[in-house]
Amino acid sequence: MTDRFVTRGFVGRRTPPGAGDVSSRIPPGQYLTTDFPVLSAGPTPRTPLDRWSFTIKGLVEASRVWSWNEFTALPNREWVVDISCVTKWTKLDMRWRGISVDTMLEAIDLKPEAAFAIAYSDGGYTTNLPIADLLNDQAFVAYEYDGQPLAPEHGGPARLVVPARYFWKSAKWVRGLRIQATDEPGFWESLGYHNRGDQWLEERYSGD
Amino acid sequence: MAGGIAWQIATVTAITDETPTVRSFTLTVPDWPGHRAGQHIDLRLTAEDGYSVQRSYSIASAAAAGTIDITVERIDDGEVSPFLHDVVVVGDRLELRGPIGGYFVWEPALDGPLFLVAGGSGVVPLMAMVRERERARVETRTRLLFSSRHYEEIIYREELDRLAASNRGFEVIHALTRSRPDGWMGYDRRIDDRIIGEVLEPLGSRARVYICGPTALVETAANAMLRLGLPPDRVRTERFGPTGT
Repeated sequence: MTDRFVTRGFVGRRTPPGAGDVSSRIPPGQYLTTDFPVLSAGPTPRTPLDRWSFTIKGLVEASRVWSWNEFTALPNREWVVDISCVTKWTKLDMRWRGISVDTMLEAIDLKPEAAFAIAYSDGGYTTNLPIADLLNDQAFVAYEYDGQPLAPEHGGPARLVVPARYFWKSAKWVRGLRIQATDEPGFWESLGYHNRGDQWLEERYSGD
Repeated sequence: MAGGIAWQIATVTAITDETPTVRSFTLTVPDWPGHRAGQHIDLRLTAEDGYSVQRSYSIASAAAAGTIDITVERIDDGEVSPFLHDVVVVGDRLELRGPIGGYFVWEPALDGPLFLVAGGSGVVPLMAMVRERERARVETRTRLLFSSRHYEEIIYREELDRLAASNRGFEVIHALTRSRPDGWMGYDRRIDDRIIGEVLEPLGSRARVYICGPTALVETAANAMLRLGLPPDRVRTERFGPTGT
C-alpha cells in the first residue's frame, strides 16, 4: 500500500438515506443508488419478438436456436441480485426473472476445447466471459425486471445478467453466446476497460 | 497496476461559475498525457479515516498536455458535487485518473458534418468537441442542439455565442423547456422528432452524431436519428440519470 492521499475538507456522507447497514454490500469506489440509470453507447435496438431468437453456437456439437416462445418456456426463476456499474453506481436487491445459463447449456454439448463465451447483441455489442464465470447459477438471461417485461432501454426484450461482474458484462439486447477456445475482448474490453471486470477487485480499466 | 491508468494528484488552478448551479474547475495535472474530446476522468475523494468515494466527470476542455477543465453541476442531495462547489478552493489538490473512454470521442481528423445534441450538463463532453474543433482550426460543419430549462441555466452560453458568431461553420441552436426571455428566437419546447429533423436537415445523412443528456432526451434524439435514416453506427450516446451526483 502506498501512502493514502487525503482530500482536504472531505468528510463524505457515509450512510446514504435509507440504506441501513448495507455498506458491506457496496464494492470499493461505488455508491448506492435507488433508481436504475441507463447507459449505452448507441441507439436502443428494437427487435420484434416474432423475429427474436437466442443462439448458442461456435465450439458446440450442434448449434441451438430458441425462438422467443421456446426460450421463455425454458425453466426460469426469480433472481434477486446486487448490481454494480463501472460508472460507480451500485443498486441492491434488483429483482429479475430469467433463465440460468446452466439451463441453456444442458441443451447442448460443448466441445472439449470450449473455454470462453462471447455474448453478442442486437446493435453489434459484444462482451467476453470465461465459461467458468457463467456456470453454477452465476449468470442468467433476464426478460423481466421487477415483475414487468424488461424495457428496451434496460436491454429488453432480454439481457444477460452477470451479477459478479461490472454491469457492462451484462449484455443488453443479447441474442446469443458464441463459444470459443480462446478469449477475445468485447466492445468495452477493446476500449480500455478491464478484461474480467470483477467489481470486488475494482477491475475497472485495463491494467487495474 | 503495471500498464494501468495511474492515480495522480491534480491542483485546482481556477474555478469559474458557469451558471448559478454549475461551476468549472481547471485542474493542473503534471503527468497528464492529453486526451480526446469526449473522454472523462475518475475523481477520488478520501477522508482522514480512509472513507473514499469516486465519481466520473467528463472533460470539458480541448486536448492539452498538463491541464484539463471539468464542469460540475451542484446536485443538492449529492455527496460529491456539493463538496466540490462549497469546499474546494483554488490551490486545493484532488486525486484523479484518466483519460478514460474510447467510444464517445471525436477527433478533428474525422470526416463528415457533426451534429451534437445536449441536454443540460450533458453538454460538457460535447463542449470538449466544440473546443477541440476550434483548437485544431478545422472547419467541420457543426451544429449543437442544446436543451436547457431556463436561459440563465445555459452552460457556456457566452462562449457558444462567440464561437457561433465567428462564422467558421459552427452553429448553436437552443431549446428552452421551462421559461423563455422576451423575444426568444430559439425552440420553446423539449427536443422532439420534428426539432431533430429540422436541425439535421442541412447536415444530411452523413452526419456524425453525439448525444449526451438525461435518458429521456437521449432516447428521443437517438430514435429520431434512426427514423431519419442515419445508420446506428453514426449515432453515439452517453447518458446520465438523476444519480449523476
